[in-house]
Amino acid sequence: MSKPHKKKIYGLLAEYDSAAAVFHACETVRDAGYSAWDSHTPFAVHNLDKAMGLKPSVLPWIVFAMGITGASCALLLQWWTSTVDYPIIIAGKPYFSWQAFVPVTFELGVLLSAFGAVFGMLGLNRLPMWYHSLFNSERFHRFSDDKFFIAIEARDPKYDLERTRKLLEGTGATFVEEVED
Amino acid sequence: MASVVNTDELDPLLGRTQLVAGSHSYHDVTEAVAAPIEAPNSRWWIAFLLSLSMLGVLGVSLVYLFWMGTGIWGLNNPVAWGWAIVNFVFWVGIGHAGTLISAVLFLFRQKWRTSINRASEAMTIFAVICALLFPTVHTGRPWFIYWPLPIPNQMDMWPNFRSPLLWDVFAVSTYFTVSLLFWYVGLIPDLATMRDRAKTPARRFAYGLFALGWRGSTRHWVNYEKAYMILAGLATPLVLSVHTIVSFDFAVSQLPGWHTTIFPPYFVAGAIFSGFAMVLTLLVPLRAWFKLEHLITIKHLENMAKIILLTGTMVGYAYAMEFFIAWYSGNPYESYAFANRMFGDYWWAYWIMVSCNVITPQFIWFKSIRRSPIALFILSIFVNIGMWFERFVITVTSLHHDFLPSSWDYYTPTVWDISTLVGSFGLFFTLFCIFVRYLPTIAIAEVKSVMPQADPHYHADNHGEHPDNGPGYAQAKEHH
Repeated sequence: MSKPHKKKIYGLLAEYDSAAAVFHACETVRDAGYSAWDSHTPFAVHNLDKAMGLKPSVLPWIVFAMGITGASCALLLQWWTSTVDYPIIIAGKPYFSWQAFVPVTFELGVLLSAFGAVFGMLGLNRLPMWYHSLFNSERFHRFSDDKFFIAIEARDPKYDLERTRKLLEGTGATFVEEVED
Repeated sequence: MASVVNTDELDPLLGRTQLVAGSHSYHDVTEAVAAPIEAPNSRWWIAFLLSLSMLGVLGVSLVYLFWMGTGIWGLNNPVAWGWAIVNFVFWVGIGHAGTLISAVLFLFRQKWRTSINRASEAMTIFAVICALLFPTVHTGRPWFIYWPLPIPNQMDMWPNFRSPLLWDVFAVSTYFTVSLLFWYVGLIPDLATMRDRAKTPARRFAYGLFALGWRGSTRHWVNYEKAYMILAGLATPLVLSVHTIVSFDFAVSQLPGWHTTIFPPYFVAGAIFSGFAMVLTLLVPLRAWFKLEHLITIKHLENMAKIILLTGTMVGYAYAMEFFIAWYSGNPYESYAFANRMFGDYWWAYWIMVSCNVITPQFIWFKSIRRSPIALFILSIFVNIGMWFERFVITVTSLHHDFLPSSWDYYTPTVWDISTLVGSFGLFFTLFCIFVRYLPTIAIAEVKSVMPQADPHYHADNHGEHPDNGPGYAQAKEHH
């Protein structure tokens, strides 16, 4: 309060006690037409993404592209080293004895797919992000224990302090507060 | 006793055994898992110092090995693969149960896996580290261990991609990397829990750094859950491929006793069998010392015991089928190799293997045994011993009497073989002790998600029953 300048507001944070409460609240916020908002839960609440009206993840496409890249690079490497760069007859087999190249092709396909899954997930989620405005809230840290939250950002075109607060209070929130940016 | 044995609490909605025994809140789960790793435990120190002294044995053995070379081991001319490969296969196999629990049971929607997957995945990673130790040091010149990798070099030569040993390099290192990523992804939400509970700035920084700023956002969970499922889908064929390729190390050779097509499925079954035994060896004391009996319930132990019974019986079938094929093939070398296995110089190793792996698990048919933690702990030790002997029997009995009787010899390990094996257990247990001291041993977020109140359609006020439960609802419930 001692600061003279007007503080910048990130948005409104509403707290809920149960998965059922946050689920129904998300349906209400979704139907009210908000877009810049999110919910925060200790665990992945089943179907909460649908209650929020979120689109499915695009991650499988990233993984698919990475997997194809990994497997084809591995096969190409084995073909090139065995037939072009250093052709040598081993155990009387043809230079390109592809059956023997299956294990390494498979393993590198899996390896790059896994990289795609993990780093693709982090990239889509913009993680790591060690600072976030929500951490300014004194109550928010309980999202990782037993509380459920909905945050509606001030930049949302439909955001209006009084009306949005009323909406959140009407969804059975146990506590609603403004969070600084 | 009988009344104690059959007291699983049932889920009010599903009528199945509750995964978290007793009625607990989310906060109770956080507290139960996080509290033991926030306050030191005197029993932990005993376990840690004991493991650390065994790790010292490994250090001494390795220094002496690097100084002298592999001549300090008991290897001789026909038996050029001794305990190093035995221990390698043993440790890789241990790892497989962790992946089975984390990936395969996830794909099959076996929700009971949530209490045990974290510790089992940690076990996988540490077991694979122990496994990777042996091929590294058995080369004698471990500083050249990068040679199997296709790195351009001044000789313009490439590794032989037709060799099963090279496949092994790719399989095991991919397995290690993917297991580590899978484990870490699962840890992120729990690291955030630890960060948010941290009392000291150092802890908050350390957990916060690795939690990556996780804030439980549903927009994140969507990608996170997809990533987790894809990783499970990748790890499932991967884990089968790893022990398949390990078995190729043997099966692709021409040696009687190794050259058999049953090896891949037989090795995979054995790996899961031994891995579940190691999970029991680790979790039975852990759940008692850290007071986690309500999360890792007797039902969890019972389920694991049933998998041990299943895979143990499959291993027994494989032993029998190997003998049948050796006889049925009419190949004299093959028949000799198996007769020699059973009644030859190493008859004792063979019969230790059979009694530990085939006979011991059959006790699990008795409900009182599979619901007794102490009985399961003892049983798991026998399985661990038996599965180590299985790899010893396969490796040594096949090698020591090969085609030419003039080259036959008897293999005996030296004290350095033994100390390296003991030391690898030291490495394994030390890593596991550090894990249980600093990281959540149970997947907190995942356990919360399988509690009855985690269902968004759960009504806490009337114990899961719908408010307007008419006769139709009661009927539907009875039907279930």
